[in-house]
Amino acid sequence: MRITVTVDGTSYTDDVEPRTLLVHYLREQVGKTGTVIGCDTSNCGACTVHLNGQSVKSCSVLAVQADAADITTIEGLAKDGQLHPVQQAFHTHHALQCGYCTPGMIMQSIDLLTENPDPSEEAVRHGLEGNLCRCTGYQNIVRAVQDAAGKVRAAQTPAEQPAGSQS
Amino acid sequence: MTSVAEPEVGKARTRKEDARLITGRTRWTDNLVLAGMQHISMVRSPYASARITGAHVEAARAMPGVSAVYTGADLDAEQSGLPCGWPINADDTPPRHVFAVDTVRFAGEIVAVVVARTAVAARDAADAVEIDYEPLTPVLDLESALSEGSPLVHAEMGSNKWAFFPFDAAAAGSGGDATVAIAAAEADPDQIVVKRRFRQQRLIPAFMEPRSVVVDPTSEQLTVWSSTQVPHILKTMMSVTLGLSESKLRVIAPDVGGGFGGKLQVTPEEVLSVLVSRRLGRPVKWTETRSESLVSAHHGRDQIQDITIAAKRDGTITALRAELIADMGAYFGLFTPAVPVFGCFIFPAIYKIPAYLFTCTDVMTNKTPTDAYRGAGRPEATFAIERIVDELAVELGREPLELREQNWIKNTEFPYTNAGGLTYDSGNYEAATEKAKEIFDYDGLRAEQRRRREAKDPVQLGIGISTFTEMCGLAPSRLLGALGAGAGGWEHASVRMLATGKVEVVTGSSPHGQGHETAWSQIAADQLGVPFEDIEVLHGDTQSSPKGLDTYGSRSLPVGGIALVKACEKVVAKAKRVAAHLLEASEDDVEFDAGRFSFAAPTPGCRSRKSRSPPSCRTISRRVWNRRWTPMPPSIRRTSLFHMAPISVPPRSTPKPAGSAFASTFVWTTWAKWSIR
Repeated sequence: MRITVTVDGTSYTDDVEPRTLLVHYLREQVGKTGTVIGCDTSNCGACTVHLNGQSVKSCSVLAVQADAADITTIEGLAKDGQLHPVQQAFHTHHALQCGYCTPGMIMQSIDLLTENPDPSEEAVRHGLEGNLCRCTGYQNIVRAVQDAAGKVRAAQTPAEQPAGSQS
Repeated sequence: MTSVAEPEVGKARTRKEDARLITGRTRWTDNLVLAGMQHISMVRSPYASARITGAHVEAARAMPGVSAVYTGADLDAEQSGLPCGWPINADDTPPRHVFAVDTVRFAGEIVAVVVARTAVAARDAADAVEIDYEPLTPVLDLESALSEGSPLVHAEMGSNKWAFFPFDAAAAGSGGDATVAIAAAEADPDQIVVKRRFRQQRLIPAFMEPRSVVVDPTSEQLTVWSSTQVPHILKTMMSVTLGLSESKLRVIAPDVGGGFGGKLQVTPEEVLSVLVSRRLGRPVKWTETRSESLVSAHHGRDQIQDITIAAKRDGTITALRAELIADMGAYFGLFTPAVPVFGCFIFPAIYKIPAYLFTCTDVMTNKTPTDAYRGAGRPEATFAIERIVDELAVELGREPLELREQNWIKNTEFPYTNAGGLTYDSGNYEAATEKAKEIFDYDGLRAEQRRRREAKDPVQLGIGISTFTEMCGLAPSRLLGALGAGAGGWEHASVRMLATGKVEVVTGSSPHGQGHETAWSQIAADQLGVPFEDIEVLHGDTQSSPKGLDTYGSRSLPVGGIALVKACEKVVAKAKRVAAHLLEASEDDVEFDAGRFSFAAPTPGCRSRKSRSPPSCRTISRRVWNRRWTPMPPSIRRTSLFHMAPISVPPRSTPKPAGSAFASTFVWTTWAKWSIR
């Protein structure tokens, strides 16, 4: 079947088998190897990407379901060499070790912050429950997401900040 | 002016590795695509024990895109046994083929391999392979495996018992006879004997990145990329296993997504990928599914621990006996038999135990092989000793922390040789405990616990206490020698000063999430006085890093880091000769500090033309490159191997090393893991 998708701002038209998973299409046909496969079964969340602005586990979406969709992967986040605040926060807060879960963690965190710009620690843990990390113990991931939330809010709503606010 | 004022080591640097990992510019093995590359899919046995009576591969061979299908019989002449690097106290290990020829011994063992143009085509064709099995009764239970008349995992062994490893403190000279002491305690009304059985569950290491192998046979030198913790060991073992010259083999561990011991292995899949690529003369790739990983990558733990502790009624421990039955699984991996034995030396933990006996019975079963997993044998020992001390506290009606304090090695008693023969150089359990009690408000928690008990509160409070002592950072030692370790435990580092004054550091240790690039840069920055940013750390490729013993057992920094320090010292020593020339001084008068060479004690009236601008390693590197002034070879490049000397290795037939001979394996003693719920 023929599909047309936009991945990280570039349009692609490709023939895919009806059974081809989105993650295999992204990795093997588009060459977006930043998105990885951890479990094949939607348990680990390492393959998380954004489909029309919402996070999906790309091992659980067929490529044909993504026809006409706009997809963002970890490789499309940084703009003009400028890291996304969540990427920066993962670096600053040591929220990764081996880094294999990191693309999925970052994509899911961004989705979480879109829904809830000021999440509590519990809300972050709940929002990331579908993403597994084997190295860090999650503590620094939660810190990174909360720190990024503050930075995103500050960048988006400077006018609403009360004078003298420290945040 | 770039000299380093504040030491790099100890600074909370953000990691160099992160830049690629947070942007997806990663180099996982499965990302690799080579021209003409074929994909491998494995056919695995669904039976734990069975005879193979037939194989039907024609349908699979005829499927579109399939270039080859091999059964064990097809490649039997080329496959050889997989190595066991540490058989402990026996010489002949049970044979392990790369894949099964006529018998399968665990569910997940490879019985056929399919090669096709795409991974999907290979998987489809693997599903079309039909193998005829005659199922046999599997050996699953550790104790019944040892009973008369049990089916045998390896018939030629004549028994499922592989080995028996005893450590008797009385024989080793590190303590008294536990059998005698326990018997005496049983007969003594002033003593108590507590026996418990603990079951260490089998588990799966479950690294996030599934294992993956790519092999390129299309040049004179065969190149293997593998998601492994041990590229150097893999290279050596594969060259031995496959009869390849080491010089014809290059192994690369690119970015590796976690290991936890699970990638400390020479796997059938790696060897098989080489066999297949050689047959086809084309590059091949194999990447496992998670389901495959769960049944075929080695497992961890799986022991029965029978623990006996004897103590006086006042709480003083008088003897400890630990009797293990350890599940090897169906075959030996790289370190399988050594793993449970590691626990032997640290069972006594932080306690003064006058009499001690350890035994380990290694048993073969029809299950996935076990091998190294996080701590490998040592956390199992920690669990058992801490549980038995708690049980003793319950039996004596004692507060568990007080009972520990009564028996632990006091700060004034270090250095202390434990009953397992390990010498601890230092420790201060009193101070660490006070700190932990303060942080957790231990007394407050105990009061709250009492209150809830008395009030019959529906939500009760449990307080768990554990200490641990870990022997890690495997370096060359008499212990490794005495246990018959197949590797020396040394580590390698090389430092190359480049023409522009930048530095290349090569390490033989191979990271999979530990952050070597950052830590090694910090060490080299301090040693050479070069900025952190100007240091590049190369690892995980046997071409750029020809020597190494890789990453496991917390050894990278304690061993590899010191190798780097030694290599840097050699660089500084050579640079000093150049500095002396530039300063028009004798080498003896030149001093190196914070990255600069200067006169140690400038002689009054000395008119060195360079004395006002002391040269740095970088300046010297550039000068040497220009080579306008001296017949010295135009490079500053030094290599160092970190090892400990002298090393005395008793013959393997004497597995009972004595007393303090173990001191050169690093021992970390850390107090206090507390859990409260």
